[in-house]
Amino acid sequence: MVEIIGVWCAVLLTLSIFSYLYGDNPFYKAAEHIFVGVSAGYIFTITFWDTIWPNLFGRLFPTIVQAGFDFDASYIFPLILGVFMLFRLSKKYDWLSRISIAYIVGMMAGLKFYVFLNSNLLTQIKSSAINLSGSYLSIINEFIVLVGVISGLVYFFFSKEHTGAVGKVSRIGVYFLMIKFGASFGFAVMGRISLLIGRFEELIEYSSFKYYYSTPAILVLMIIVLTYWSIKNTNINENN
Amino acid sequence: MTQYIKYVLIPFLTLLFYFFFPFPLFLEGNETTFVCVIILCFIVEYFIEKAKNGDKIYMRPIAAIKAMEEAVGRATEMGKPVLYVPGISSLDQIDTISGLTILGHVAGMTAEYDAGLQVPVCVPIVMETAKETCKEAYLKKGRSDLYRNDMVHYVTDDQFAYAAGVNGIMLREKPAAVFFQGKFYAESLILAETGNSIGAIQIAGTGSSSQIPFFVTACDYTLIGEEFYAASAYLSGSPEMLGSIKGQDYVKVGCIIMIVFVFISSALNGYGIINFDVSSLFRINIIR
Repeated sequence: MVEIIGVWCAVLLTLSIFSYLYGDNPFYKAAEHIFVGVSAGYIFTITFWDTIWPNLFGRLFPTIVQAGFDFDASYIFPLILGVFMLFRLSKKYDWLSRISIAYIVGMMAGLKFYVFLNSNLLTQIKSSAINLSGSYLSIINEFIVLVGVISGLVYFFFSKEHTGAVGKVSRIGVYFLMIKFGASFGFAVMGRISLLIGRFEELIEYSSFKYYYSTPAILVLMIIVLTYWSIKNTNINENN
Repeated sequence: MTQYIKYVLIPFLTLLFYFFFPFPLFLEGNETTFVCVIILCFIVEYFIEKAKNGDKIYMRPIAAIKAMEEAVGRATEMGKPVLYVPGISSLDQIDTISGLTILGHVAGMTAEYDAGLQVPVCVPIVMETAKETCKEAYLKKGRSDLYRNDMVHYVTDDQFAYAAGVNGIMLREKPAAVFFQGKFYAESLILAETGNSIGAIQIAGTGSSSQIPFFVTACDYTLIGEEFYAASAYLSGSPEMLGSIKGQDYVKVGCIIMIVFVFISSALNGYGIINFDVSSLFRINIIR
């Protein structure tokens, strides 16, 4: 019985989200609000019980919170920074939260600088080496990649006017970027279509007697309600 | 003389200290990274200093940046709000920080034109930073009376629930201008399509290369990759920011030279003309 209720809820919410194709309607609004509310509450609970409770309190109070960690005094700093964030609620001391924000931004900027330098710069330069032991096609491919990388970099010159030779090279860079975007778009659309097929397969499965024809039943009900809602709305608009 | 000390002697002494310090102070295997960090920092610093000293720096025009003011102006004329979406990542992403910098400028424009502004956010800490940014922008324009604390509001942390929530805001509030500036993932097309369907002028900006195609398709203007990071410098017009952009351009020139050098030397190595693998110089040791 619980499974049947779950299936009916899943079908109702799926079709409610699909009803967005008809525009903003009561079904979509309800599904959207349920989705937003439930996810916000769920993530808050998960963050507290799966992250803060074991990782922070588990290290500061290992005797009370037995999460498998030993006492670690250095975790007092994240606790203080976290408490500072809560001072946002106080008008007098809300400036304390800026310390936490500044720490996160500064620390991450420094850390990312190192990571980006390695992954986006040094690895890119290192990967430019040509492998002549490969086939002719792979060598041609490496040439094309080299031209693409250089022309793409030229396109992102901001302090130089894109005229003359720079303009022509940057134009080639734009073509390379557009080809990449086109391929990426097509790839993502294929992925989305497969997701859609997955949902349809489930909806078809739930159309059977085993689930009391949940999909057609809810679909018919939604069409009736939406038709009534649409006629009512048209009348209100005409009266206005 | 001061210039000579600052840009030649200090980097040289730093490198000497790094390579010849007698005790094991530094992690081994990161020599190339360290040299690159020193070179990059001093190149950028040099151009920042030049810009501060009054050197004029040319910046090529970017259509999306110019269109930002037009979009806010359009929203004001239509009496509709401006919607600003700062992406779904936290402050650990450069895109989010860049998005918040641009938010400051957009908020400044909405304050100036007295247009409504809505900033739905996905991450609590981004909400607090966005609130500070908007508040400061309104204060700078002398319109603190127009600032409302609920301009920036939390929706949810969940990616698709956030997308559904922002879609709902777009459908009901019908903003005349929509800005997508930050780190986006699979929700980008859902958001941009909805914005397109309500007829809003849309300006997107992201460094997520996999999401740029969707914005290019559905938005009126898109800041792609580094254009997005440079946008904040363009908008601020401050010599520090413009100088750093100029410095980064020179770093790119250096990269091109290195790429060509590695390509040619690897080809020569492949033909047996030289007997040295240049790519072995680029050792990378990840922090343990």
